[in-house]
Formats: sequence, structure tokens, C-alpha cells
Amino acid sequence: MTGETTMEKMTSSYRWGMVIDLDRCTGCGACVVACQAENNVALCDKKEIGEGRNMQWLRIERFWVGEYPDVRVRFLPVMCQHCHDAPCEPVCPVYASYHNPDGLNGQVYNRCVGTRYCGNNCPYAVRVFNFYPHTWPEPLDNQLSPDITVRSRGVMEKCTFCIQRIRRAKEEAKGEGRMVRDGEVQPACAQTCPAEALVFGNMADPESRVARLARSPRRFQLLEHLGTHPSVYYLKGGGREHV
Amino acid sequence: MSESSGQPDGTTPAIAKSAGQLNDELLSSLRPPTLRWYLLAIFLGGVVAWGLAAFTYQVMNGMYVTGTNRPVMWGIYIVGFVFWVGLSHSGTMVSSILRLSRANWRRPILRAAEAMTVFCIAVAGLFPLIHLGRNWTFFYMIPYPNQRGLWPNFRSALLWDMTAITAYIIGSSLFLYMGMLPDLAVARDRSHGWRRKLYGVLACGWRGSAHEWSVYHKASTLMAALIIPVAVSVHSIVAWDFAVTVVPGWHSTIFPPYFVIGAILSGVAAVITLMIVIRRAFRLEEYLTPLHFDNMGKLLLVISLLWSYAYFVEVQTTWYAHEPIEWEVFSFMAGRYTFPLLLMLAGNSILPIATMCFRRLRRSIGVMLAVSLLVNVAMFIERFLIIVPSLSHKNMPFVWGSYSPSWVEISVNIAALAGFALLFTLFAKFFPIVAVTDVRELEVRKAGVRLGRTEIPSIVGKE
Repeated sequence: MTGETTMEKMTSSYRWGMVIDLDRCTGCGACVVACQAENNVALCDKKEIGEGRNMQWLRIERFWVGEYPDVRVRFLPVMCQHCHDAPCEPVCPVYASYHNPDGLNGQVYNRCVGTRYCGNNCPYAVRVFNFYPHTWPEPLDNQLSPDITVRSRGVMEKCTFCIQRIRRAKEEAKGEGRMVRDGEVQPACAQTCPAEALVFGNMADPESRVARLARSPRRFQLLEHLGTHPSVYYLKGGGREHV
Repeated sequence: MSESSGQPDGTTPAIAKSAGQLNDELLSSLRPPTLRWYLLAIFLGGVVAWGLAAFTYQVMNGMYVTGTNRPVMWGIYIVGFVFWVGLSHSGTMVSSILRLSRANWRRPILRAAEAMTVFCIAVAGLFPLIHLGRNWTFFYMIPYPNQRGLWPNFRSALLWDMTAITAYIIGSSLFLYMGMLPDLAVARDRSHGWRRKLYGVLACGWRGSAHEWSVYHKASTLMAALIIPVAVSVHSIVAWDFAVTVVPGWHSTIFPPYFVIGAILSGVAAVITLMIVIRRAFRLEEYLTPLHFDNMGKLLLVISLLWSYAYFVEVQTTWYAHEPIEWEVFSFMAGRYTFPLLLMLAGNSILPIATMCFRRLRRSIGVMLAVSLLVNVAMFIERFLIIVPSLSHKNMPFVWGSYSPSWVEISVNIAALAGFALLFTLFAKFFPIVAVTDVRELEVRKAGVRLGRTEIPSIVGKE
């Protein structure tokens, strides 16, 4: 399932994708924090999180495996899977959720009216909705990135693979008359991951690191049977655990 | 199903009444409002105002005042939407289908049913707008020309919804208005002052000439036939809001017919409730006889059997396939919402089928009132059980959740009911709530046919 069938849709020489090696993930949560800082993701208090209204674009799912005392823990970082046949896209009545030529699921915050249909139809439940109006207490407001909209209440948002970084890298590369080099652009989560569990790159380039990793026999995708053709590949972990 | 309303056990008067008498009785609702009417209108208006206040509070603060969360992004606003769209099928069912099948017993109730359609669909149309995260940008969903070249997404079921509901509002309003033309003329001729002017304008100069009647009959038959596919498409599209998704428990091919059947079930039940209320409020016992309830009861029985069949097919397929995620949704629903589930099965299936089999029970007003109210409570639960459990336990177990409605959502839903009742109360006071000319036509054509030594009441002439 490398997505050849869906390639006709693309007009770009980039097809951004990510590989997440579950053997390398330690569940430290640095990616979650980096994402929050990079993308103007709102800070949520205990109450909001308790109500299931937290704003994290990237979550680390933690699963306990086995019976005490032989208990293992497994981590599964889940962000927007940037599906090539994304269930969230056709259901949006106003095209706030759309597919961009690089194979990313775009989200136009200013266009979103807040039907939350995309959030229902996302099988990965990675779309977060601004139930609350959010503010950033001082001095955190100084940290807000000018590259990204600060979302108002009532709109849906989600992981963009740090599209602002991709845009900048593409512009720079275009200015120099070349393609974006492998590893030149990374989303905040991949950049921060101390274990290098998250690898980002251009899947359309068969020699890129991410494309080579995605050919691993350990690779799988989340809810592959739904035919959403995600851009995120996981490498199966737990080889040493025998559980 | 064509039957006369003059059965011996009905209470149709033995002596035929004059046209004037009939007009007096059937237009009694247009008499100046009583104190009780004012009290009712004020009470309903108060509830609506409360709902408006709750909605304003939501707009000013944010969607956090509702009970929705991740993963349950849709709550009882959408339940209310589906419920009211369902109720709106009453008028189409009673007026169009019974008109085309020439069931004469429909005549006294058709106006009430048609008005109900219009008000229900109007109330239903508000819910998707109320539930938006940014209500003030709702017009982004309307295909209007704009400088930025933006266009709504017609691949989205929500756009199909908007289109279908707009078409249904327009169609059912026209249906109601056109059927009312001759009655508005009667009201015009009997009233004075501003009312006469109003009815005069609304009656479009109706004089009752033979040509007018001939055109009117053709047009109303055509309209009755045209509104049926619109009604069926509206609820199929509402079902597609769910069926076209990949949400386990929603993604089901039986949803469109199942939803249409459910809609007709709640619609028929609502018409029965309304018949009882109108009969009592406007003293129409002579025109809404036990025979009418008998017929409506038979209709309810058939639709309830159909609903039970559709529900069985849906659950049976899921149970037999035992696909883990789908079965999880069903088990979660049965575990968390056991009592509502049982109430739904009792109200939609077991009780209506058990009671409506018996002629005595069908002709008992008390039983009919209880059953018809229960059906609609059960139908509301049915929609809730379709929408909420599926979202609570979707594909990723890590983000399973649950939902309970907040006071804001409950207030708005109650206000919707009050708003519907208020619209109906106002309509009944200002417009002929019983189809006067239709009933008079029946009275005129009623004749005794001699068969041996007895005289059988029957209808003469072609409709």
C-alpha cells in the first residue's frame, strides 16, 4: 500500500510522509510539547482535558500489555495521518478541510464554520475543536508564532505536518532552483524526538530516508482496512517483549 | 382505504347540516381568542424566550457550554434535527398519500397535518445552524456568488441536507397554502376589518368558479404527487449524513429506508396526538370520530411493523457479522443505555403492535394518546442511540468517550418543542385549521345508497 493508485491526484513532486518507529519511541512526550509550542496550540487546564476537550494535535497513546508482574507499556504517537483518501475532506460543507497537491490535509481555519462533521468522520480522532476561547497567559503570548493563525473558538484544527516550515523550505529551494533536500525540513515533533523515532520526508523520492524506512517489513498503517491511505507509516515495535 | 366518515358507530349527525352551519363549526377556531388561548401563547412564548436566551449564552461563550466533546462532536442538537425532520413527514403522509389513495377520512385532519409539516421542518432547519461552532458564519454554506470565488462543497452530505430541507420547506409551504386557498376565501367572506383585508390578499381573489375548482383539483393532485419524492429524499439525505461516513454503527446501507420509515412512524404518531388535541381544543368531536382514529391506528400498526423489520435487519446483520468495532458500538449502547434502549423497543415496536391490533384500543382516545406520545418519545431516543453511542466508541479505543447533554442543549430542545407548539397555536387562531371546503365537499357527496332494505352511507361522484 504505497499509494500509487492515488498518485494521479497529485500534481506536485512532493508527497510528504512520516515514519514512526515504535521500537524507538520511549513515550517521553517531547514531540507533544514541541508541537504545542510550534503551532500556537492552546494550553488546556485540567478541566478541559477531563471533559475530553484537550487541544493536542499529537497524542501519545499508552497501552499496558500483560498481567502484573509481567506488564509492559507500549506507546503509539498519533497525529493527523494525512490520508490520501481522507474521510474528513469530502464531508466539510465549506471546503475548510481540503487536500493540497503535496498530499497534505489542509485546514482553512477562517473558512471553518464548525459543523464538526470532519471530527466525527476522522477514524483516528485526531481533529481537535476549539470548544473554549483560548488565551495565552504572559509571557507565553510572546511565544506565539507569527506564521500561524491563532485559532478562535468554534473552529476545528489539527496537525499540519508544520506546513509553515514546509512552505518556507519549498520557497527557499525554489529560489535556489532545486528540490527540497532530504532532511532539510522537519516538523517540530520529528526535530525534537530524542530517539529519532519520528522521521519526516518526501515519500515521492524513493531514495529519501523516509521512503526507505517505509519499505521496512515492519511497516504498518493505522486502520489500514478503511482504505484511507495515510501518509504516516508505523514500524512495528515490541520485538523484544514477547507479549 | 377509502371509507366514509358516516359509519353508524361514528357520531356524524343524522341530519345533514347546511353550508353555513358547517362553516360556523369548522371555522370556530377563528373566533376571538379566549383568555386561555392568551395564557397558552404567553407560556409557550416564555419557553421559547428561555431557549433563545440559552442559545445566546452559547453564542456569546462557546461550544463548551454544550456537552459535546471529542470524540462525541454531535449531541442532542443533531438528535433534535433528525427528530423534527422525521415529524415533518406527517403532513406528506397524511395529505399526499391519503389524497392520492382517495381516503376520505383524511379530510378533517389534512390541514393540521400539512401545517405540522411546515412548522416541523422549519424547526428542524434551525438545529444544524444552532449547532455550528461559529453560527455567525452559517452563510458560508450557501452557494452565493462572491468575489473570492468560494463555493460550498456539494460532495458534503450537509450541503445535500441544506438543499433538500430548503426544497422541502418551500414545497410544503406551497402545498399548505394552495390547499388553503378556498378556505381563505370562505374566511374572507365571513370576516370584517383587517382580517377581511388579510384573507382577501391571501385568497388571491378566489371566487369559486367551476374553472377555478377544476384547476385547483388538478394542481393539488399534482402537488400531492410531487411532494412525496421530496419528502422521501429529505429523510434519505438526513440518513446519508450518517451512512456516508466511516463511523462504525453509522456506515450502514439500510439507513435511508430505515430513516424514512422511522420518520413516517413518528409523523403518523404526531398526527394522532395532534388530532386528539385539536378535537378537544376546537370541539370537533363530530368530525374527528373514532373511525378516524381507527384508520390512523391501522396506519400506525403497519408502519410500526415496518420499523421493527428494518431495525431487526440492521441489528441482525451487525450481530451476525460480529465485526469487532461495529459490535463494540452495539454492546456499548446496550450496556450504557440499557433503559433507553428498552424504552425505545417498547415504544416503537412492542406496544404499538400489541395495542393497534385491537379495534377497541384503536378507537379509544386515551390509548391512542398514550401510544402516540410514547412512539415519539421512543423515536427521539432512537435517534439519540444512533448518533451518540457510535461516536462514543469509534475506531481508536484510546479516545473513547461519552456524552451527556448540558442544560443549554436541553433548553434549546425544549424551546424547539414550545416553538413548534406556539407556531401551531398562532396558525390555528388565524387560519382555518380544519379543511372546510374539503369537509363540505364530503358532506355534499355523502349519500345513502339503498341496498335491499337497508341504506348504506357512501360517497357519490368522482373526486
